[in-house]
Amino acid sequence: VLGVAGAGALAGAAGVAGFAAGHHDETAATTAGAAYPFHGEHQAGIVTPAQERLHFAAFEVTTDSREELVALLREWTKAAAAMTRGEPVGGGSPAPYDAPPEDTGEALGLTAGGLTLTFGFGPSLFDKPGLGLAHRRPRALRELPHFPADQLDPARSNGDLCVQACAHDPQVAVHAIRNLARIGFGRVAIRWAQLGFGRTSSTSTAQVTPRNLLGFKDGTANLKAEQAEDVEKFVWVQPGDDSRAGWLAGGSYLVARRINMHIETWDRTSLREQEGLVGRDRQHGAPLSGGREHTAPNFDIAGSSGPLIARDAHVRLAHPDFNGGTRMLRRGYNFTDGSDALGRLDAGLFFIAFVRNPDVHYIPMQTKLSAEDGLMEYLQHTGSGLFAVPPGARPGEYVGQALFET
Amino acid sequence: MLFRPVAAACAAALVALTGCSLTQSNASPRSGSGPVSVTSSAQACRLSSTRVKSGPAVFKIRNTGSAVTEFYVYARDGRSIVAEVENVGPGLSRDLVVSLAPGRYVTACKPGMAGTGIRGTLTATGTASSAVAGLSGSAIRQATGRYAAYVRAEADRLLPATTAFVAAYKAGDDARARKLYPRARTPWERIEPVAESFGDLDPKTDLRQADLEPGQRWTGWHRIEKDLWPPAMGYHALSPAQRATYGDDLLANVTTLHRRVQQLTYTVDQIGNGSKSLLDEVATGKITGEEDVWSHTDLWDFQANVDGARAGFTHLEPLLQVKDPALAGTIAAQFAALDRLLATYRQGGGFVSYDRVTEAQRKRLSDAVNALAEPLSKMTGAITL
Repeated sequence: VLGVAGAGALAGAAGVAGFAAGHHDETAATTAGAAYPFHGEHQAGIVTPAQERLHFAAFEVTTDSREELVALLREWTKAAAAMTRGEPVGGGSPAPYDAPPEDTGEALGLTAGGLTLTFGFGPSLFDKPGLGLAHRRPRALRELPHFPADQLDPARSNGDLCVQACAHDPQVAVHAIRNLARIGFGRVAIRWAQLGFGRTSSTSTAQVTPRNLLGFKDGTANLKAEQAEDVEKFVWVQPGDDSRAGWLAGGSYLVARRINMHIETWDRTSLREQEGLVGRDRQHGAPLSGGREHTAPNFDIAGSSGPLIARDAHVRLAHPDFNGGTRMLRRGYNFTDGSDALGRLDAGLFFIAFVRNPDVHYIPMQTKLSAEDGLMEYLQHTGSGLFAVPPGARPGEYVGQALFET
Repeated sequence: MLFRPVAAACAAALVALTGCSLTQSNASPRSGSGPVSVTSSAQACRLSSTRVKSGPAVFKIRNTGSAVTEFYVYARDGRSIVAEVENVGPGLSRDLVVSLAPGRYVTACKPGMAGTGIRGTLTATGTASSAVAGLSGSAIRQATGRYAAYVRAEADRLLPATTAFVAAYKAGDDARARKLYPRARTPWERIEPVAESFGDLDPKTDLRQADLEPGQRWTGWHRIEKDLWPPAMGYHALSPAQRATYGDDLLANVTTLHRRVQQLTYTVDQIGNGSKSLLDEVATGKITGEEDVWSHTDLWDFQANVDGARAGFTHLEPLLQVKDPALAGTIAAQFAALDRLLATYRQGGGFVSYDRVTEAQRKRLSDAVNALAEPLSKMTGAITL
């Protein structure tokens, strides 16, 4: 399962060993010079150690021609393979002086930057007349339901296709989306996009746990690439999961949620309340029941009034013990889009999770969190999307080929 | 809109005021000494120093044992609590900031949170003049008692106002019901943190449509609001029988609230944090116009939230004047500034409709709320230090 990411990690390590030597907490796999191959059994950008930067884009398909869409996916695959190698789109071959350059140029001279490009199909793609995909739509691929306190902006939600570009260098990630959008003009159009400036999850035990904009370590208990059995169980769609969508085996579902934080009111909240709502201490990320960051929380241990980890604490409600053992691979990013009209930071967490089945591994938990999580007083979900992520393209294939050709 | 019940700063929050370490002043913040490390294990309670300068003192408590622990600073008698930290899990650390007058104190770690603990002594050196007079128990009782009376008085206004509103709504007198709606909500919005503290009443009474869980029944103020100010398209008006159901339900819940507040008492930190959370409400719900999305009576609720926050401040102000008079002055000035700004939106007996307040005007209101909310958020910590 992990062969592809592992190979990429090693390739990256060779180039940056000198740099990484001084870093005790992170291995070379997560440093700036890493390169991950685009082709493989699974798409990269899922169990790949989470890079520092994100540019996520959702597209509308503007063509009703299946052939045009397939041609686009072929071109995207070729461009993605080049860019993840750190090469320009079009391979840098000479072009007429009077023609615009094939690659937009801003990544020339930069490394691959650990770029991964992960493609997904939204539910609305399968409704498009002319594409002939309705009968292949995965059963769990629907718009996510309304969760309590959702305040979704339609202009920041859903889409026919999505591309998640992750890299250690923001210029590399933006370059990738810019060039893919350019290739797509006439067949697809950007519906919405989101930049993320700092990862909020670790997807490898080699990474330190980062902090979200609430100031707390996030994703301590996240599913990690090294936990191979759970990755199979909770991330990859298995053959036989969905008789209508056998093409999705080896793929996953991508859940995207733009979660705004009420930063200003949070900052006025006492440390007692902040830690109580999260259920961890702020300094080290240890559960309030004691120990260190990676100590398992003890939800039964009592304090002077009720359990040390409160009944509405985030760490309790999101824990596998209270969700039928379910785990998620989260791959979210801190974001800010500047300030809103009232001068408040327009900032929060762009939540991304990869799950085997959203009906089982995401929707029930989010329903509970939205209703009961004490943190919700400081959160507002403003964007949403669910996408089926096809398996990886093997050399010579294009991404999503199984959907169109098997 | 939901409030979260404010986490009590002291154990058994409704009872023990003396547990809140309210007996000393936090003036002269530059005096005092470096942090005292306290190591609490199963058998020992080790302080890095048992002599500190009077004034602000910092204790860094680290729990090296396997049980949940607490740390106390008692007065010389070993019984009156000057300051405490509780609920420190094994392996965790927590800071305690306290202002100490010169004199002798008794310290205690309580691994397992039971018994008299592992005791020691502590001396705060210096002269009495370096510490300003502390807060008397009677001053605290007076402040909290008067706030409790304020809540009861608002509940006494709420009940008849809601009764009249529901009567007009059930009778189909929509014009009158629309007039009474923001007026009846005013006492509710002034004491909403109290309603929220019960957990069940606020969701039944004040949930907005967007807050609903799948399958949850929508009841309360905003359900009726939508029926009185229905959307232009695609809305089915409630029948007289449905009106009676929703109206009676609202009145029943308000009656329950009125009954429950009669015996209620409050701690200093509940009052202070309640004031802070009322302004959070304004900042996240009213400023954006999300609270009264059908009636656009948000400015009524805005003013009521500010009134409620000010009531908390006014009742605690005598205590804050002792502890931090400069902060008290800042808060008072910002309340006055916000009131002046709100007054410019008054119209007739009430306020202009919020959909006629421009983005630029909302920004000015938001700035004024932030200018007040930031110092107000420091009030509880300043008093309970």
